[in-house]
Amino acid sequence: MCLGRRLLNYTMAIFWLRVALALYGVGLLYALVALTRTSDLFNRVALHAAYLGMMFHLVSLTEGVLLTGHVTMAMVHNSESLLAFLIMAVFMITYLMYQTTSPGIIVFPIVFLLTFMAATRQQPFLLMSPGMRTSWLIAHISLIFTGYAALVLSFCASLLYLIQQHSLKTKRASGILSRLPALEDIDQIGYRSLLIGFPFMTLGLVAGSVVAESTYGRVDFQDPKILLSLLMWAVYLVMVYTRWIAGWRGRKAAVLASVAFAAAVVAWAANYFSTIHRFASS
Amino acid sequence: MRFQLIGVNHNTAPVEVRERLSIPESRLPEACKRLTEHPGIEEGMILSTCNRVEILANTKNGAPADLRGFLQNYFHLDAAELERHLYEYTEQEAVRHLFRVAASLDSMVVGEPQILGQVKEAYATARAVGAVRAQLDQLVTRAFAVAKRVRTETAVGSSSVSIASVAVDLAKKIFGNLAGKQVYLVGAGKMSELAARHLMAHGCASIFVANRTYDRAVSLAYKFKGQAIHFEDLHHTCDRADIVITSTGAPHAIFRREHGEIFLARRRNRPMFFIDIAVPRDVDPAMNKLDGIFVYDIDDLQQAVASHVADRRKEAERAEAIVTVEVERFQARIQTLDVVPTIVSLQDHLETIRQAEIDRVRGRLGRMTPDQEMAVEALTRGIVNKIMHTPISTLKSAARDPEATTVIDLVRRLFNLQEKGVAKAGDSGESN
Repeated sequence: MCLGRRLLNYTMAIFWLRVALALYGVGLLYALVALTRTSDLFNRVALHAAYLGMMFHLVSLTEGVLLTGHVTMAMVHNSESLLAFLIMAVFMITYLMYQTTSPGIIVFPIVFLLTFMAATRQQPFLLMSPGMRTSWLIAHISLIFTGYAALVLSFCASLLYLIQQHSLKTKRASGILSRLPALEDIDQIGYRSLLIGFPFMTLGLVAGSVVAESTYGRVDFQDPKILLSLLMWAVYLVMVYTRWIAGWRGRKAAVLASVAFAAAVVAWAANYFSTIHRFASS
Repeated sequence: MRFQLIGVNHNTAPVEVRERLSIPESRLPEACKRLTEHPGIEEGMILSTCNRVEILANTKNGAPADLRGFLQNYFHLDAAELERHLYEYTEQEAVRHLFRVAASLDSMVVGEPQILGQVKEAYATARAVGAVRAQLDQLVTRAFAVAKRVRTETAVGSSSVSIASVAVDLAKKIFGNLAGKQVYLVGAGKMSELAARHLMAHGCASIFVANRTYDRAVSLAYKFKGQAIHFEDLHHTCDRADIVITSTGAPHAIFRREHGEIFLARRRNRPMFFIDIAVPRDVDPAMNKLDGIFVYDIDDLQQAVASHVADRRKEAERAEAIVTVEVERFQARIQTLDVVPTIVSLQDHLETIRQAEIDRVRGRLGRMTPDQEMAVEALTRGIVNKIMHTPISTLKSAARDPEATTVIDLVRRLFNLQEKGVAKAGDSGESN
């Protein structure tokens, strides 16, 4: 009986997530269309779809928490979903601050992909070692994820910076290019999300090492996930440093941001083959 | 009602004629008043700008008014001399012209934004002295709505069509907000000064001026409340500026790639915008290859202007289509407004007759059962409705017809509805 209800709840959570997915799909469509032509109306429609999507997404995440009864478990199970939600949140904050949906060109596909992965997963997979220190784990996950979300946005911004710089240099601007925010605004979006994301990432890694210490008694630097996370953090650090000291932006900054982003993606994917950080059932 | 418009604009009249016809703002209220006192004119409005003088009127009883006569009287001008430059529109064409003017489709620079504000001022002035009331009010406010629609649905006014404004647009594309940005003016020239002035108007903070002749720099700096710099110090100080406008007569480039590298290093890679108006060019095009330096020469700017002008032309076609639709919609609306009060008073009129007749024969019929009462009611109502059916449907279809007024007149006369109909028309006009 209890299992049945849980299953039902699980189905509902997935259902809401799929509704959110459909709404993000509108955003995705916007991103694709926006590459070739612009439409104010569509812009607004996509934005509202994204708002609604976030709402359903939140419902889905909340149900996930109610379902497992543990914030930690829910976070681990719905990691892609949670990350997608946080990226959307950062995107919306950017929109409110800068009145631009341009990062959406890159944000929407990423969010759509993450949500898609979460929404089409067949089985709720479980696995947590008993005796983990949950509060540290919650801190670890939420800090790292916020860091990830900020990193994704910063990556988007550096790509947009390149696009805008290119269009200004070649002296041709049409379609979406003429709607991109000003170069310095894009630069600020990228830099700020970098500055905000970095401490989150750092603290998240610290929290992670505390969890590892307390669970396994040590931090296993041989583990691919941990190795990659550290690499990502190092690139992150270099990015903040070069920007801070030398004001790197444009091409150089975009290259660094791409490396950091690639490291982040690989580190994320490493969940599936890491021995200690696995939360996928084998 | 009947709209009538007469005027001159930059296409039909040279400035010598326009300036003689222009009415200064201070005298506009009085001119509007005089316009409404002119015979045959019910309501009136005068638009007087540097590119056009137009008189719009709603004439009494749909009869044409002598607007030429008003112009001659007001300006004491010779009719024949004036005639060559005048254009006159009535009814639908007057509506279309007003819509086009408000939407900036009739402007010298199509899409320029000032004209709408000028029409709004003219409207406010005429309204304040009571020259614009019910019907003209509807027309003019509709023109504002059309102008707004054109502005939001087409890009007719969104691109810059002068070198200076293109430069400002580009600066905004790079820096976003121009507030606090520094401008460096190297050399002098009309176009570079204009660009600088535009940039300052958009919030740029301060200006440095360098010139081969230091005195010239000082006087220019004074004009812009900026700072004059000795030409030898140009390369040491240039990195302080975000936007550099150059127009010297130097035979070789004065800014080369190596300068750009130094500027960028000193600016910690903050972007820099070079507007090179000089021919031969002052800025080595290789500078544009540096990350964070954007160089636009005179050709680049002119090309942007040309492509914007072409864009505007395309958008203007779409705007004209919108205007056509809106003119038709407006015509349909005022014609139905014409018809509605007539239908209402026709219905009132016949209903009064029906009631009176029933009351008259009631005494003779004696006491009736409720069934009989209902039968009489149904019988009389049936007759009235059958009689009314044709005139009402004729009126309704006439509303879509340009000949509406004659049909309305005829129906009113047939049923002796004149006074009531006119009174109602006035009411409904004002409440709308």
